[in-house]
Amino acid sequence: MLEIRDLRAAAGDKEILRGVDLTVNPGEVHAVMGPNGSGKSTLAQVLAGHPAYEVTGGSVRYLGQDLLELEPEARAQAGLFLAFQYPVEIPGVSNAYFLRAAYNEIRKARGLDEVDSMDFLDLLEQKLKLVEWDADIMSRAVNAGFSGGEKKRNEILQMAVLEPTLAILDETDSGLDIDALRIVAAGVNKLRRPDNAIIVVTHYQRLLNYIVPDFVHVLAGGRIVKSGGKELALELEARGYEWLEDTVGAGS
Amino acid sequence: MTDTFFQEFEAMAGTATVEGPEWLDPIRRAAMERFSATGFPSGRDEEWRFTPLAPLVGASWRPTAGGSLPGPERLAPFLFGHPEWTTLVFVNGVFADTIGDSAGLPPGVTVSGLAEALRSDGSLLRAHLTRHAPVGGSPFTALNTAFLAEGGVVQVEAGVDLAAPVHFLFVTTAEAAGTVTHPRNLIVVERGARASVIESYVTLAPDGVYWTNPVTEVAVGAGAWVEHTRIQRESERAFHVGLTHVDQQRDSHYRSFSLAMGGALARHNLHVRLNDENVETLMYGLYLTRGEQVVDNHTAIYHDQPNCRSWEVYKGILDGRSRAVFNGKVFVRPEAQKTDAKQTNRNLLLSDAARIDTKPQLEIFADDVKCTHGATVGRLDEVARFYARSRGLPAALADRLLTYAFAAEVVDEVALAPVREELDRLVLDRLGGL
Repeated sequence: MLEIRDLRAAAGDKEILRGVDLTVNPGEVHAVMGPNGSGKSTLAQVLAGHPAYEVTGGSVRYLGQDLLELEPEARAQAGLFLAFQYPVEIPGVSNAYFLRAAYNEIRKARGLDEVDSMDFLDLLEQKLKLVEWDADIMSRAVNAGFSGGEKKRNEILQMAVLEPTLAILDETDSGLDIDALRIVAAGVNKLRRPDNAIIVVTHYQRLLNYIVPDFVHVLAGGRIVKSGGKELALELEARGYEWLEDTVGAGS
Repeated sequence: MTDTFFQEFEAMAGTATVEGPEWLDPIRRAAMERFSATGFPSGRDEEWRFTPLAPLVGASWRPTAGGSLPGPERLAPFLFGHPEWTTLVFVNGVFADTIGDSAGLPPGVTVSGLAEALRSDGSLLRAHLTRHAPVGGSPFTALNTAFLAEGGVVQVEAGVDLAAPVHFLFVTTAEAAGTVTHPRNLIVVERGARASVIESYVTLAPDGVYWTNPVTEVAVGAGAWVEHTRIQRESERAFHVGLTHVDQQRDSHYRSFSLAMGGALARHNLHVRLNDENVETLMYGLYLTRGEQVVDNHTAIYHDQPNCRSWEVYKGILDGRSRAVFNGKVFVRPEAQKTDAKQTNRNLLLSDAARIDTKPQLEIFADDVKCTHGATVGRLDEVARFYARSRGLPAALADRLLTYAFAAEVVDEVALAPVREELDRLVLDRLGGL
């Protein structure tokens, strides 16, 4: 589904990704872990097409296409979804309107009919249950005045509605209390299917107790320095990242 | 041009074509003399520095001959989906008809054209007309006062709740080409009364070149609640120079929303005087400019007494080679302690060639007050654009959505739902839909 080869990316003059390799197949959940400043969030944002980053080398194939050639909206229409670490507030636009517009744009791009607001409400009702939410949230402006937990939950609601083929969750656990974490993780788990895949970007092992990964990768210094099974996350929890950063230092 | 107005004035006075009470004659004459003495403002006048008046001053303007009432289907788009609301329709500045269910107005509410009110010479006019908007304030007010004859008058007596809004609708047609009109409106909401009044300037001649020079006086009685919506949708080749002067009494609430999207050159001055304690004033504005338009908003809030609150937010969306001006003054007199005033002007530039001159001014002479102001000029937020695009919205749609959102923040402050929805639609139309 996704093949990242020697991906390099920079913000301004600063190279942040220095040759990332990662392969994700349908049905898999990958965790990308790493210390602060390792490039985890950059990787997530580069995959979604954030204009602040310049890809300076390497390739990304997604469902047989050159992902890096696509505009951000075309990536979304092709089934890629990024749950933002810091979801953006859009005062003045209701959550319901925004989400229906996104849903319809993705349908249009796939040659499907747009749905009207009544049909969309029916769909929304089921999806709201997934994140244990009331419909009230939909009449509020997008993320405006939402608590940190509400913003993250809103990202997962969007994911549930847009049903991405590849979802990237960027630090979705940050700022969540334990109840919100449980709800968000349960929502994500219900969205797991054999034909989709999830990349979970996280600093802490905590989220991985709830969203259990098939593979764990450690990103340090802009490269994946170690990959393993879910037990690697526990080892990182116990030992921290320093021993791996030392490896990076020695290797380069 | 100044001389032409004087000759016209003399001709009008000589033939007594303007009816009205005798007490008004010297006021009109003094206003004419004032205008003759000052003439139009020059570019050296600080109040008019950024307002290019040359095309207006250089042209010659005929008096209006009125016009026939457009059919119901042509007026329908301007009625907020509520044809039953009492609407005074003026065609090219001359009263044409009252539409809506004016029989359904509550007792204690009087709505009429100014010409009719002048003929009956009630005590209302004597107490209020020309008492709020000083002719010395602006040459345009002087000119309007010299020629005052037509406009809307609404009086809501003490304690009366005007359930449905009253609408003054000024429509120009193709026959208005080359003419000037001087609408004069009076809104009096007495002690403890409640009213919503809408003032619209619209056109059926989208390319019409004409000049509208309106003045509106608003008297808000003690404990009264007033929502005043002003919609300026003139032709984009027209001139519009308007002034609204509001006087508020103790414990009153006045909220204004001003939309400016028409005019080659459009200027509006909103002056609100807080004459007594515990007054609340909300002023919201939105200007949408494109092409070569110049849209200028000047506001002034006079905190004359203690314990009052004013809250002002004006937003602008500028495209093309258009220009906008915002000048907001807040005066706090020495006795106006515990004043709480906040003024904000935010501008969104959609093109490199658009330009905004913004100048918030606080003049504070009291020491125990909370006054803040701020102005911003910017473009669409890149992170918000990316967020919307990452959800599948094409870049152009994301831009329109975020632009709409920027405007919606002020439009949402309009209390009256049908008016709010219509303003919303006007914004969406201008942006090319969503």
